[in-house]
Amino acid sequence: MANMLISEQVQAAEKPGKRSARWKNDVIGYAFVAPFLIAYALFVFLPIILGFGMSFFNWSLAGTGKDQFLGLQNYQEALTDPSFWGSLGNTVLFTVISTPLLMVFGLVLALLANMKIPGRWLFRTVVFAPYILPVSAVVLVWNWLYQPGFGLINGMLTAIGLKEVGWLSDPNVAMLSTVIVTIWWTVGFNFVLYLAGLQQIPQEVYESASIDGANSWNKLLHITLPLLKNTTLLVMILQVISSLQVFAQIFLLTGGGPNYVTRPLMQYVYETGFSSFRIGLASAMSYLFFILIMLISGIQFFLFYRKKGGEA
Amino acid sequence: MSSVVVSAPERRFRRPHISQVVAFLLLLFLMVLWAIPLLWAVDTSFKPEGETTVIPVSWIPTHFTGAAYENVLNAGNLLRWYFNSFLTSILITVLAVFFASLAAYALSRIPFRGSKFVFWVILAGLMVPGQILIVPLFSLMQLFGLVNTYAGVIVVQIASPIAVFIFKQFFDSLPHELEEAAVIDGAGRWRLYWQVWLPLSRSAVAAVAIFTFVSAWNNFLWPYIVVTGVDMMTVPVGLATVQTAYGIHYAQVMASAVLGALPALIVFLFFQRQIVQGIAGTGIKG
Repeated sequence: MANMLISEQVQAAEKPGKRSARWKNDVIGYAFVAPFLIAYALFVFLPIILGFGMSFFNWSLAGTGKDQFLGLQNYQEALTDPSFWGSLGNTVLFTVISTPLLMVFGLVLALLANMKIPGRWLFRTVVFAPYILPVSAVVLVWNWLYQPGFGLINGMLTAIGLKEVGWLSDPNVAMLSTVIVTIWWTVGFNFVLYLAGLQQIPQEVYESASIDGANSWNKLLHITLPLLKNTTLLVMILQVISSLQVFAQIFLLTGGGPNYVTRPLMQYVYETGFSSFRIGLASAMSYLFFILIMLISGIQFFLFYRKKGGEA
Repeated sequence: MSSVVVSAPERRFRRPHISQVVAFLLLLFLMVLWAIPLLWAVDTSFKPEGETTVIPVSWIPTHFTGAAYENVLNAGNLLRWYFNSFLTSILITVLAVFFASLAAYALSRIPFRGSKFVFWVILAGLMVPGQILIVPLFSLMQLFGLVNTYAGVIVVQIASPIAVFIFKQFFDSLPHELEEAAVIDGAGRWRLYWQVWLPLSRSAVAAVAIFTFVSAWNNFLWPYIVVTGVDMMTVPVGLATVQTAYGIHYAQVMASAVLGALPALIVFLFFQRQIVQGIAGTGIKG
């Protein structure tokens, strides 16, 4: 009754000239989205278009070469540049090593944190806390841990009679060192996603499995992991996209060294634009990278929704 | 809540199974492993400089001292960087929350023509990896004369599509009756937004605000590019210069790292629940 009355009154209130009410909604609606849309247009859309335009010119950071149209020359230069491919290879290598490790660690940590163990809140806090730290603080700490001689890790290795490792100086190890830092720093994100997935599994499923005589290992293998499939796919998609964009921790920890073996593509783009001052070329590289990321996430989303659909 | 109910009867029969013991030991091991880097950083920061690079390494300082902190705070630029970070992060948070909630309110409650299209355009922004835009964004900043200004740091970070998405989902879930009652009172849309919807959405506002603040505080790449002077640096950008400045004075380097990490850690300890729920929300959405 009361509801009907209210909606009647609302209609009555809106009655004088339905046309004007509609216009009023349009005006107010756009006025409300305007502040966001203006910021969005200026700092997301405009750079997308500007960057695309710049990629066809010999544009420099100082602004020279703005009128020197190059056609596809920047793209050609990027695609025939061994350093472009080399750093793209490093980015792919980083993604291939870090993604499975970050997924497995996230899952194992979440499984442990989900058990009824005293003190698990402390475990959750300790494991998640690094995620909240600024990258430069993380790198300062790990650079210190990785030092030869008096660094904690090498100090502990030599204390138990092992040989020192050149964490940041050995070209065969440096990439692994950046992956270790990344796991410590960012696993909290995957950890939380997995924990949320675990907490959505109803307890009754486990209880009936226990009655059937299943042990913990069986339950993990035949109940938990299959039920976490969607979470796993989501974690994988987000992790691949974020690993492909790796930049700051490597840039600050190794500077891309030794001998460029850890330099990721984003760092090469940055250097091309802000050290070599060739922002036209850097824009072309950004766009190639953009296309790659879109392609990979597109494939992943396709697989994600196909699997999800197949389940229903 | 439900876990409490479930665990009560279990507890009566509890005989620690071997797999539980193994799991507990693994948990303990991983926790220590995860804690060591930060503990070591704090430990180092309280050592006298001469003691940090002694071999063999030792956890126990023979002379416990706060000298590194004194040096860093007196001689360094850290306080200035704190100020810059607080100012920019707070303004980014206020503007981002305001713009996003206002837009989301209109998209959720005002039936204006083209609102669906606007929403899709905003959602498309979620697909754009921000790093790709740094080169043209810097050119824009040159054009607008915003290089090495607070405005240059701020404006680029205020349009957050994910915030619009979260607010819209939240507004969509609230009952319509609330609004109808207010319409009868003759309240305008602005008053509805400001006096009804925002107060009702305190939990969503808090979640978005905390998340935005932490991301803005921790953002490295953009301030690193747009800021050129030492006195304009934010904490993460300034910290990146500390290693070169202090070199082998590791106590001071670690004191800087600890002080630089502290505000984010404090925010985290106070708002752990909101931050964790914010991330978990991404998962449930998918």
